[in-house]
Amino acid sequence: MTNGRRSLIRWLLGGGIFSSIASFLYPVTRFIMPPNVPEAAVNEVVAGKVQMLQPNAAAIVKFGNKPVLLIRASETEWKALTAVCTHLNCTVQYKDDTHQIWCACHNGFYDLGGKVLSGPPPKPLEEFVVRIRGDEVVITRGA
Amino acid sequence: MTLRLLLTMAFAMAAMAAKDTCVECHTALGGELQAPVTAFAGDVHKRAGFSCADCHGGDRNSDDYEVSMSKGRGYLGKISRTDVPKLCARCHSDAALIHKFKPQQRVDQLAQYVTSVHGKRLAAGDTAVANCVDCHSVHDIRDVKDPLAPVYPTRVVETCTRCHADAAHMAKYKLPTNQRDEYRASVHWEALSKRKDLSAPTCASCHGNHGAAPPQVASVAAVCGTCHALQQDLYNNSPHKPAFDAMGVAGCVACHSNHAVHAPSEALLAGDKALCSQCHDADSAGGKTAAEMHTQLQSLADSLTRSNDIVARARRAGMEVSEAAMRLADGQERLVKARVAVHNFRTAAVAAPVKEGLAIAAETHRAGQDALAERDFRRVGLGVSLAAIFLTMAGLWLAIRSVEAKPPGSQTAGSDQP
Amino acid sequence: MATPAPGWFDERLGLSSIRKFVAHKTVPSHSGTMWYYFGGITLFLFVIQVVTGVLLLLYYRPTTSEAFESVQFIMTRVKFGWLIRSVHSWSANLMILAAFVHMFSVVFLHAYRRPREMAWFSGIGLLALAMAFGFSGYLLPWNTISYFATKVGTDMAASVPMIGPYMARFLRGGEDVGGATLTRFFGFHVAVLPGITTLLLLMHLGLVQRFGISSPPKLEGKRIAQMPFFPNFFLRELMAWYAALALLGVLAAIFPWELGEKADPFASAPAGIRPEWYFLAPFYTLKLIPSHIWVLEGELVGFAGFALLAAFWATLPLWATDRDGMLRARRVTGAGILLLAYYSTFSILGYWR
Repeated sequence: MTNGRRSLIRWLLGGGIFSSIASFLYPVTRFIMPPNVPEAAVNEVVAGKVQMLQPNAAAIVKFGNKPVLLIRASETEWKALTAVCTHLNCTVQYKDDTHQIWCACHNGFYDLGGKVLSGPPPKPLEEFVVRIRGDEVVITRGA
Repeated sequence: MTLRLLLTMAFAMAAMAAKDTCVECHTALGGELQAPVTAFAGDVHKRAGFSCADCHGGDRNSDDYEVSMSKGRGYLGKISRTDVPKLCARCHSDAALIHKFKPQQRVDQLAQYVTSVHGKRLAAGDTAVANCVDCHSVHDIRDVKDPLAPVYPTRVVETCTRCHADAAHMAKYKLPTNQRDEYRASVHWEALSKRKDLSAPTCASCHGNHGAAPPQVASVAAVCGTCHALQQDLYNNSPHKPAFDAMGVAGCVACHSNHAVHAPSEALLAGDKALCSQCHDADSAGGKTAAEMHTQLQSLADSLTRSNDIVARARRAGMEVSEAAMRLADGQERLVKARVAVHNFRTAAVAAPVKEGLAIAAETHRAGQDALAERDFRRVGLGVSLAAIFLTMAGLWLAIRSVEAKPPGSQTAGSDQP
Repeated sequence: MATPAPGWFDERLGLSSIRKFVAHKTVPSHSGTMWYYFGGITLFLFVIQVVTGVLLLLYYRPTTSEAFESVQFIMTRVKFGWLIRSVHSWSANLMILAAFVHMFSVVFLHAYRRPREMAWFSGIGLLALAMAFGFSGYLLPWNTISYFATKVGTDMAASVPMIGPYMARFLRGGEDVGGATLTRFFGFHVAVLPGITTLLLLMHLGLVQRFGISSPPKLEGKRIAQMPFFPNFFLRELMAWYAALALLGVLAAIFPWELGEKADPFASAPAGIRPEWYFLAPFYTLKLIPSHIWVLEGELVGFAGFALLAAFWATLPLWATDRDGMLRARRVTGAGILLLAYYSTFSILGYWR
């Protein structure tokens, strides 16, 4: 057993253990620090201010990463439905002249409750719950 | 009035007596004479309580066939082809009667039928044309919603083309017989047969069912527009509308054909399969517009494909790219929008969705690149960590060797194992 | 104030007695010594589970509306979240694998003999706890596969005669798998099970220290070479831990644990619902049993069979010796081989079917 060999072992072991522990601790410390992106509250989305929509107008808003069609049917009546047509997944739109939801792809019509009125859609649109909190429009998942 | 009374009475009596000598005898007869009874088992009319005599007349209560099938008891025998529509309409045009069984059922089938090409020819004495039973079957009539019905969406084509694809049958009408083969190559048949989308159009969706007639040039856009409303709108406001109208050409059909509607692509605008160049020279205004729209659509389609590829690659490498995939669906929608906008035949209409789509394609491509960079970073990180681990293991191995090379003392003497 | 000289801690913590104990501790050195590492590897992986589990707790939220999203958040937004979660999932599986290896090595080296029966019993308890950890943890990401696997699993529990329906209700926290189940499973996974496990683990480890490492009976009477625990065995064990770490790193980085789709209780069950691999053998066996055997219900027979098998296996030290205390080594080895063969073939069959 030479001293050189002993110091090699010490160097290998010390360096190895030190660097491996560092390589375990680095991800852990990065993990502990919360990311800058606040967690998207997926249960509830503040779509915007009440003023964002005139009565009889609509907009597409994001609910998590799903598009939702937010409709202000009248001064006080709000509706929110999934914006994805049940036929071939096109994005639907609000028709302010007939007060219906329309899918342009194959002329499917839904009423404001999401029920299919005419055209190819096989299923109704999923409806969300809209509440007004102060001057904020809050969308939550239906029961 | 009397008829209704009679039917109601017959129905009530049948329910009470439950005697039906037609069925009893014909079941015993076998062969051709038994076939109608066997087929009738699945008939929608049987379930509603009707039986042979309701159409064929006669007396179902008499055991003597000379009585039951006598003219005196109203026996009609085999219904002649010219009489079929009227016979069916006896009930089916009677709103009060039909609505007892189906409150929503229409009662205008005969009224429609007499306006159809089939109905007009039948009225003129041509018995080779279709009447009610040719499409709905004779003794095995089923509800339209019954998948076994010959008029169920998936079976309509087969039913119509039993005659319309038969060259011998069509010869005297000078009608083509290639509609079935053409239709079965179309996107509509693909949607119906492969995706099981029952809303996809079949023969009757465009030609009508009871009032079957070929749509006239002027109404083709309206027929297609029942589903393709946006395209119809754009087309009606496009420079092609007056031009095609003046030429007497049906708009949609001019480019997309009628029965063989293939999935459209950018190739219709430019290149060797282009349709635009059949009328527009390359250096004319129309030719330039077509070329420009083609370039725009192609660039968006290509960009989206590239983004799709890179995101798919990242997903295969185990990266979480669901958000990018979501955005790509948005991009795809812009491409669909841009393709629809072609029907306006103006570059500006196409340019707007293309611009949005390109932005999405660029964004998702970046996301894909980031994900792949992340994958590489993980691999490098793993490499560094593994290097440290192996370094430690090497050190440990050497340490063990050096510890165990020590002269015995710490170890029990007399070891018989290495 | 006392100076913290080396003796200061010694006096207060009893370090020298520990040092003395460690210095005298030895491990039998023979051809089967390598199997002694697996207990330590299992322990090491358990420690990794505790550490990564605590880290995941920083971001995880145990509700049906947020569970999936919070795991997705961990995987996408949190730095190295993918790594921590993948390590937790992979390490869980490797830990159970290591525990199985440890158990079968104990059987084949006949280390359960007097006076180590309690070590065997506590070990069986720890294995059951590990499986309970796996079953409860599987549901926590609230994805489709885990949701339906839990549904199937608790359905099976429900078909146990007499107590089945109560057991299922207790597990699910209601009539069906839902938010209440998630809350419960989370509680089991992070509070109840770790508590019991810690106690049982301390007992298990204490017993190993108390009685030392057993050596195989076939070497009995011979002089068995002994390896000092420190540093010889310790360094080797450390090497095994590092090897496990390297494997874990490779698995986590190259094959990150998938997240799948969010569970939808109203969707129909997707094809190929499978439990975790260590439940495959009983799962597949129950699938094979015909619905009626003679006058008895097939499932009932299956459960009775499993209960008997489990009881038989758990009490192994009690029937391993005859009245005179002689070891029935061949019988135990045979039983071990049979169980191993059954478990591995049925797991593989269950995986492919």
